[in-house]
Amino acid sequence: MRTYAYYPGCSLEGTAKEYDRSLRAVAPLLGIHLAELHDWSCCGSSAAHATSHHLGLALAARNLNLAVPRSGQPADLLVPCAMCYNRLRVTARELAADPGLRADVETEIGAPFAGGPVKTRALPEVLWKDVGPEAISQAVVHPLDGLKIACYYGCLLVRPMEATGWDDAEDPKSLDDIVAATGAEPVVWSHKVECCGGGLSISRRELVGKLVADILTAAQDAGADAIVTACPMCHANLDTRQGLAAAAAGRPLAVPVLYITQLLGLACGLPERKLSLRSHLTSVGPLLAKIRDLKNQAQAAGEGGS
Amino acid sequence: MPRVGVFICWCGSNIAGTVDIARVVEAVAEMPQVVHVEDNKYTCSEPGQASIRKAVSDHRLDRVVVAACSPRMHENTFRKTIAAAGLNPYLLEVANLREQCSWVHEDKEAATVKAIDLVRMAVAKVCRHVPLFTSQSPVTKRAVVIGGGIAGIQAALDIADAGHEVVLVERTPSLGGHMAQLDKTFPTLDCSACILTPKMVEVAQHPKITIYAYSEVEKVDGYVGNFTVTIRRKARSVDETRCTGCGVCMTRCPSNVPNEFDVGLGKRKAIYVPFPQAVPNKATIDREHCIYYQRGRCRICERVCEAKAIVFDQPDELIEVQAGAIVAATGYAQFDHSVYGEYGYGQYPDVITGLEFERLVCASGPTEGKIKRPSDGRIPETVVFIKCVGSRDENKGVSYCSRTCCMYTAKHAILTREKIPGSRVYIFYMDVRTAGKGYEEFYRRATEEYGARYVRGRVSRIYPKGGRLVVVGEDTILGRKAVVEADMVVLAAAMVPQPDAGAIARTLGVSYDQDGFLTEAHPKLRPVETNTAGVFLAGACQGPKDIPDTVAQASAAASKAAALLCREALETEAMIASVDESRCSGCLWCEAVCPYKAITAKTITERVRGKNVSRTVAEVNKSLCHGCGACTVACRDGAMNLLGFTNQQILAEVEAVCL
Repeated sequence: MRTYAYYPGCSLEGTAKEYDRSLRAVAPLLGIHLAELHDWSCCGSSAAHATSHHLGLALAARNLNLAVPRSGQPADLLVPCAMCYNRLRVTARELAADPGLRADVETEIGAPFAGGPVKTRALPEVLWKDVGPEAISQAVVHPLDGLKIACYYGCLLVRPMEATGWDDAEDPKSLDDIVAATGAEPVVWSHKVECCGGGLSISRRELVGKLVADILTAAQDAGADAIVTACPMCHANLDTRQGLAAAAAGRPLAVPVLYITQLLGLACGLPERKLSLRSHLTSVGPLLAKIRDLKNQAQAAGEGGS
Repeated sequence: MPRVGVFICWCGSNIAGTVDIARVVEAVAEMPQVVHVEDNKYTCSEPGQASIRKAVSDHRLDRVVVAACSPRMHENTFRKTIAAAGLNPYLLEVANLREQCSWVHEDKEAATVKAIDLVRMAVAKVCRHVPLFTSQSPVTKRAVVIGGGIAGIQAALDIADAGHEVVLVERTPSLGGHMAQLDKTFPTLDCSACILTPKMVEVAQHPKITIYAYSEVEKVDGYVGNFTVTIRRKARSVDETRCTGCGVCMTRCPSNVPNEFDVGLGKRKAIYVPFPQAVPNKATIDREHCIYYQRGRCRICERVCEAKAIVFDQPDELIEVQAGAIVAATGYAQFDHSVYGEYGYGQYPDVITGLEFERLVCASGPTEGKIKRPSDGRIPETVVFIKCVGSRDENKGVSYCSRTCCMYTAKHAILTREKIPGSRVYIFYMDVRTAGKGYEEFYRRATEEYGARYVRGRVSRIYPKGGRLVVVGEDTILGRKAVVEADMVVLAAAMVPQPDAGAIARTLGVSYDQDGFLTEAHPKLRPVETNTAGVFLAGACQGPKDIPDTVAQASAAASKAAALLCREALETEAMIASVDESRCSGCLWCEAVCPYKAITAKTITERVRGKNVSRTVAEVNKSLCHGCGACTVACRDGAMNLLGFTNQQILAEVEAVCL
């Protein structure tokens, strides 16, 4: 069991509660122990960094300070939310590069910035590099053979390259490998890093409708049964804007969108209620039915064979 | 008491603008060994030099200090000047008041003080100078040209035509290089093979040229005028003297292998001649793919060969060639675009490189000149070309411009429109660079006459959709997304150094730049020479080049090499290492650090208290020593001295500036 400092972020207490719940449920099965940061606060994403550059940095710096390992127990900071991850990484980089800016931020948070050495890691990165596809497939009890998944990375998980750098910025592979380890087939598709319009979800609905429609239709055309993501903003946008998208696309769209942890939970045999699968707006019912069918078929085939 | 003359140069305003020359003159006049000091606006000019010559005789100077620019610029000039005045040329010291003082400082007061210090050091040093002399070493009148592409071919022909012997080494089974793979050449659209193969034949028939194909240079020893080049002649498994190139073996060989000459688009046999016009026209067995070598059975080629040329147990052969000059013409490689995830990591069969397109469009290629999709053989209707793939991309590729892609992409566009009626051609570009004779006109023909559609912007993604490829990019002129459904995409992949360019550079003892291209001695004034005397550069091993530039550079390298080979003997360095045998303990650390293998052990016999005692000391080979000074630093006994920079001379400088 490897311990990680855990920074859930605000989304995981709100719209993305199911991400937090499913992560906490599946983590022990994959050898991950989550030690939640005490007294964590907003990372400075969206509202804060759009309002003031300094405010965005100061909030992230405060949280990085909390994550400095104490009493000789080094722990990487595990961040499931792509936006929080991005803010924390970018802040550490900006403060390291600009001593003047760093001094300003230190005044603002009333403490020296000590969070430079904190290793902020995205959840897919930890699953991919620390746990590894092999260990994941060993933890799988219900292989999702026959299921087709479109892995959607969005903008913030692997960009900008100089602040992230653990996966290819143009054609990332981590989620695909993790999904493949569950037995499901990651489809080859075109829109894995296209923008979903998350930041404009409220202000420019018609544009978001088109962007979401592009992503959903591309996933459908690639034959995907569901989309898997690791970003609360992308999830909210893709899951809740399907009506708008259907109007833009001129065809019905109902593509279940799951968090990677929910898919892992299903494959690892966790009960549906622990994964909060029913909290999405786009029903995952047909997907779960398909998983059951595939399982029954596999069993029948297995019995027939023996 | 030495009689030193000091000549202080203004270099126009280069030095005089930052250094108060009058004050320097005043201070130098006070120095005890200085009997004459004067300043000149341009000491290197003819009047400036004449004034040095006059002062030497008027004031009976026996040593000269010139305080001017870097010794790299004019040390030789002034050595000749004082030699003309009757002094040994090495009784000169140059104080660098320009590169190391006026150009790098702004504060005139401080710069003046520093200039005075620099001159004081030079005066102190020159007082300890002694006359030095050069010797002569003979020149082997033969050149080795490494690489049998168009650069090597041109260089070999030019050197041989000048009357010198040439050994041309090519690592693949045939001469020709990349140029042999090309279809038409811009901007005149003449067929590449038609203009190249006559030159290949000329090389083969030239009485002064020896070709070692399927061979590699393994080691280079020696120095300018006297290189020893060790060449590995790889085993062809075919006796070159017997093989007639009839090709029967190739028709009967059962093993099919991807053909490198067609960039993997076609097949060849395990015994093969890479292309019909190959020089030498001899078969080669690719042992990795030969059924006999792999499984111990077959030998069909041996049975069908009427000339009895197949030699299965032929070993590699090492030969040594003596040469006076070496021309490196080792060429380039194509950038591996599989680092571009957005272009499919090299996994989409219909996303090909420019070189692959050359083979597709070439009449001698795998499709006999019909442009067909590698995936299904269909004729593409819409072809997208993407320029700068790898070039000018510091994130994933290289920072430089590959120089040829703008032109060959325009050519590809023309050829596509000519060969596929009704086809559509889109070219995504960052800039169109057409600096060359007739190049801009050629590009305009592609757009105006042939209707190639140029879209200014990068491509962000290619993805397959229903058997076609969707190319998503940006049209930065219209400021909107550009999406093209294409049947085939051609990437203008960057020209990069050969993967083993570093090893080649180390073998030749030349330097290479951060990208891996071999480095010329001076980017403007010595473009074909290297910092290693006697080694010259031709073609794309020095940087991306098209055919006209390559040929021009090859001829330039050849003329440099020929000029060297015309000489009977070369003057050796005078400023070389010298051993004080009385202090040398024979530890030979100097031998270990010498990069030129110029130091060897020698036994001397001395009489000590009436007895003969033998001991080991170091000895310097005057021809091999380049005067780098590494041994003087390694020497624990202070026995090793670099003439012209002896320990005593350097210490005199230190004392002059510190005491």
